[in-house]
Amino acid sequence: MRFTLSAGLAGLAMSTLLAAPAGAELTGDLRIFFNDQNPAPRAAIEGMVERFQAMHPALNIELTLIDREANKTQIRNYLTANAPDVNGWYAGNRMRPYVAAGLFEDVSDLWDGPMGEDLASTRPALTLDGRQWGVPYTYYQWGIYYRKDIFDELGLSVPTTWEEEKANCAAILASGRKCYTIGTRFLWTAGGWFDYINLRTHGYDFHMALTAGEIPWTDERVRQTFANWRELIDMGAFIDDHTAYTWQEAQPFLVNGQATAYLMGNFLVAPLREAGLTDDQLGFYQFPEITPGIPKAEDAPTDTLHIPAQARNKDAARAFLLYVASAENQTIVNEVLGQLPINRNATVADDKFIQAGFEMLSNATGGIAQFFDRDTDAEMASAGMQGFQEFMVMPDNLDAILQNLERVRQRVNSR
Amino acid sequence: MQRAEARRGWWARNQQRLAPWLFLAPGIAFFAVYVIVPIFQSFQISLFRWDGLGEARFIGLENYRELLDDRAFYVSLRNNVKWLVLYLLAIPAGLFIALFLNQQVRGIRLYKSLFFFPFVISQVVVGLVFAWFYNPAIGLWNPLIGLFGFSPMNVLGNPNTVTYGIIAAGLWPQIAYCMILYLTGLNAVDPEQVEAARLDGARGWRMLWYVILPQLRPATFIAVVVTVIGALRSFDMISVMTNGGPFGSSRVLAYYMFEVSLSEYGFRMGYGAAIAVVLFLIMMVYIAFFLWRMWREERGY
Repeated sequence: MRFTLSAGLAGLAMSTLLAAPAGAELTGDLRIFFNDQNPAPRAAIEGMVERFQAMHPALNIELTLIDREANKTQIRNYLTANAPDVNGWYAGNRMRPYVAAGLFEDVSDLWDGPMGEDLASTRPALTLDGRQWGVPYTYYQWGIYYRKDIFDELGLSVPTTWEEEKANCAAILASGRKCYTIGTRFLWTAGGWFDYINLRTHGYDFHMALTAGEIPWTDERVRQTFANWRELIDMGAFIDDHTAYTWQEAQPFLVNGQATAYLMGNFLVAPLREAGLTDDQLGFYQFPEITPGIPKAEDAPTDTLHIPAQARNKDAARAFLLYVASAENQTIVNEVLGQLPINRNATVADDKFIQAGFEMLSNATGGIAQFFDRDTDAEMASAGMQGFQEFMVMPDNLDAILQNLERVRQRVNSR
Repeated sequence: MQRAEARRGWWARNQQRLAPWLFLAPGIAFFAVYVIVPIFQSFQISLFRWDGLGEARFIGLENYRELLDDRAFYVSLRNNVKWLVLYLLAIPAGLFIALFLNQQVRGIRLYKSLFFFPFVISQVVVGLVFAWFYNPAIGLWNPLIGLFGFSPMNVLGNPNTVTYGIIAAGLWPQIAYCMILYLTGLNAVDPEQVEAARLDGARGWRMLWYVILPQLRPATFIAVVVTVIGALRSFDMISVMTNGGPFGSSRVLAYYMFEVSLSEYGFRMGYGAAIAVVLFLIMMVYIAFFLWRMWREERGY
């Protein structure tokens, strides 16, 4: 199946090669460091490389797969010494340390061409200091994945407001279950809850100003966000002992029906299906409204490819990024990944959750945020998510937590 | 031969004096490059604000001033003390297991190997096994304490218990190590002295305290050294079991240094270096004591 697909595409690629602009004759080595070894992303990047290779037979492409977590620390080493020609990373503020240190190549020239129009929706996420520093290949929605069968059993309908959400939760708790599963051992899951409650309480502009460090953490509006969050915590809505679990270890609570919902990114769907949940049992809904009338904004993290400033074969790297951005490639890659393409001419896979995400994000009039740890400064992200975890366990510590975050914010801003 | 003796060159004259230095040279060179020089580099970096990538900016003692009112720093320091004190329990525990195993029974070698086994496994594996053991959803710990009527605990997710949970995991291999040190020590105990003491009516605790233990002094000394070092490099267990969490309550200084300067969100090389310097100064106290004792013993008490 995959073979015939790529063989067919190779043929297609050959025909596009003939039509490609002059100077497309690429030679030499192209070294790619990709930041995921999981089966789906691996198949996706390998497919990309295979098709690009077919277009440029004279090019010697060398693909290295790095573990997702390991890459987050290794990137500093390989960008400063022995850089590859293309490397995987994330959009938003997480690019900043490398952009500021001059380690990423400015690829605004690619964005000035037709590619920029095809990818227009993510241009802000790839822009720092007025220029673009990479090319996105996929993104995915966040939202609430819930047990439809249990909702039906309890006679609950999908909530659209905060009051309904809490009423549902009360009914779920009364049935002896927990409302939400979560594993905060690696902290970022709590960042998702903060993002959504803050986005729904005060809207996109406030959230972005806060994550950009322009608003004090001790601001009354920030306290309002935490007060809303606390309503759920005080109800006992989250599973017990979540500090001990990773996001994967929190899945069985949903699969076994001990908890009924999980606020997570769309990558949750694949493991849940593997664990035996059918599409009839699993549903998806958008995080409900909290403050009425605020346009809904969503978290939709974007994964990206970049050219290190020290890359040796930048021509080939640019050609590769152009191919990565193309509608044809984004359709195939996101079919494999089970995620959303960014190129507006690409086709969205025929899958219940991907379609739901596509529709939700197309109507996200409030705006698209990346994620707490991609929108904030790295140091702020670390301190913030630790604070969120502490808050979820000891909500009474809020004052101390916010003072600490404010101290970090002032230090980050004084740089 | 004789002609060579006659015109003894510079090399031949100094051979005796130079040979030890030549043999030591590779060791000294590597020790200097990888240990001594980085110590001074840490001092230097701790005076800068630097993200490890771009320009470093000199800020004097600002990093140290900040350490003084950093809540996380004191939590880490307190945990370091807990580690140092509780880890020393490995020494008496190892001694008693060694005494217990120091007998001639059929198959004793097998028992000794089984007791030594935890030390053979990598620290990372020990950490993983204990993390599963403590896991409130699937671990054996909660059913186990349930047998004694205790209510379930979230050992690694509770800021009050997490450090003790990790130390317990660390003690498991450390006790085995101390046990092996004492087992070899017990082989060297003079049977005639034991015999003489027995004739004088020494039994049980008095025998242990006044006859056996003094003869185990070298083993005890080594056990203290390796245990203190083990406590101070407790980094890997913490990294595997909790990542310093929940919300930083299981960090020690070494882990905190890693977190602020090298981890996923850590870009503060200067601050990390300042923590390293503090840790180094704390270790200096211990190293000085160690060197002083060595020196005293070399002189023959």
